[in-house]
Amino acid sequence: MTAPAPIAASRGLCSCHVCQLVSRRDQRAQVAHCPRCGARLHFRRPGSVQRCWALIIASYILYIPANALVMMETGSLISYRKDTIVSGVVHLWRTGSWMIAVIVFVASVAIPLLKLFSLTLLLISVQRRSTWSPRQRTRLYRLVEAVGRWSMLDIYVVTLLAALVQLGSMATVKAGPAAVAFGAVVVLTMFATMEFDPRLIWDPLQKEEFHD
Amino acid sequence: MTDHTRQLIACHDCDLLQRDIQLNPGCYASCPRCGAVLYRNATDSVDRTLAYTLAAAMVFLGANVFPIFSIEVQGDRSAITLFGAVLSLWDQHMKSISLLVFLTAMVAPAVELISITYLLLPLKLGKVPPSYPLFMRVLQVLQPWGMVEVLMLGVLVSLVKLTNNFRVIPGMALWSFAVLTLLLAAAAASFNARDVWAQLDATWQGQAKP
Ligand SMILES: [Zn+2]
Repeated sequence: MTAPAPIAASRGLCSCHVCQLVSRRDQRAQVAHCPRCGARLHFRRPGSVQRCWALIIASYILYIPANALVMMETGSLISYRKDTIVSGVVHLWRTGSWMIAVIVFVASVAIPLLKLFSLTLLLISVQRRSTWSPRQRTRLYRLVEAVGRWSMLDIYVVTLLAALVQLGSMATVKAGPAAVAFGAVVVLTMFATMEFDPRLIWDPLQKEEFHD
Repeated sequence: MTDHTRQLIACHDCDLLQRDIQLNPGCYASCPRCGAVLYRNATDSVDRTLAYTLAAAMVFLGANVFPIFSIEVQGDRSAITLFGAVLSLWDQHMKSISLLVFLTAMVAPAVELISITYLLLPLKLGKVPPSYPLFMRVLQVLQPWGMVEVLMLGVLVSLVKLTNNFRVIPGMALWSFAVLTLLLAAAAASFNARDVWAQLDATWQGQAKP
């Protein structure tokens, strides 16, 4: 590390978050707009860390009912079951649908937890202005961003099954209250991922601090 | 033109300031510091994206009109379309989930397809669509919320779950969703926001001073 890396913000340049155009932003002016697309210019996403924390804490809280409550009720003449996310996966495994069990486990259990833990780790490291392997942390962020949407899988499965299996006394499938909590976790963690500004990971390598 | 090629670019992941260089077709530029993909040189980006999008729009209609699959129990057959499933969940007092499925599986992909067509069709004809920054922004905001490929996997999982107990008959929409997933992936791969902005800029300047 000889000379500090040329950072847009340290030269008073700002990259538009909509059109990526790099333009000069007057430090004294309170509000600046992109000359090409008119979007508000910010050096860093305002309130990124605080909003991300709020969304993650809400997700942690909702994660409890999402796993503890019933996700799907299935009933037929022979059997009646109430499944949580985990017991649904176990049931799939026991009945021999290993592939599906693994897919559902990854999408509904592993990915939400991976997202919550990764974002927590990123936020703590950013707040402590850690300089520990920023490249790996940026990669982790990109992974969280890429896999997040797949947690919606179980919501779609419940919707399709509940709509289809309404054949009177023969069989019923109902979505349970966990579906609402789980859907909320997926949406909130997606918002949290969007709220996080990965440039904050790299800022501690610079001498200055950037805001807004 | 020299002004355009010597443009500066700031990495969206680490804010490293770099100079824009001309790329060979099919290549992409990545940030030397964090490895983020900065921009690509997708050949015929506008033409290809437009072609994939128009094809996807037609398949999308099919995917929503036809039943996804149907099951048969003692001669009774019940089939569902995607919107039918959304409505059924709404009636079962799961309004929030019903709305979530409606927005992510139907509204977001539809608005995405409409916005791309609205932007690229005039651009192809050398015109600037009115209020284009708004539509570019809509595309950017909606991009994470269109989940057709996740829905496709959900359809397959439900199919396997149902075949344990029922006779399942695949419907037209099942194949439509499979094709739609591929077309949307192709459209996303060929879409190049940087090219679109550059072309919008050039067209706009050409119109301002003819
Ligand atoms: Zn970078």
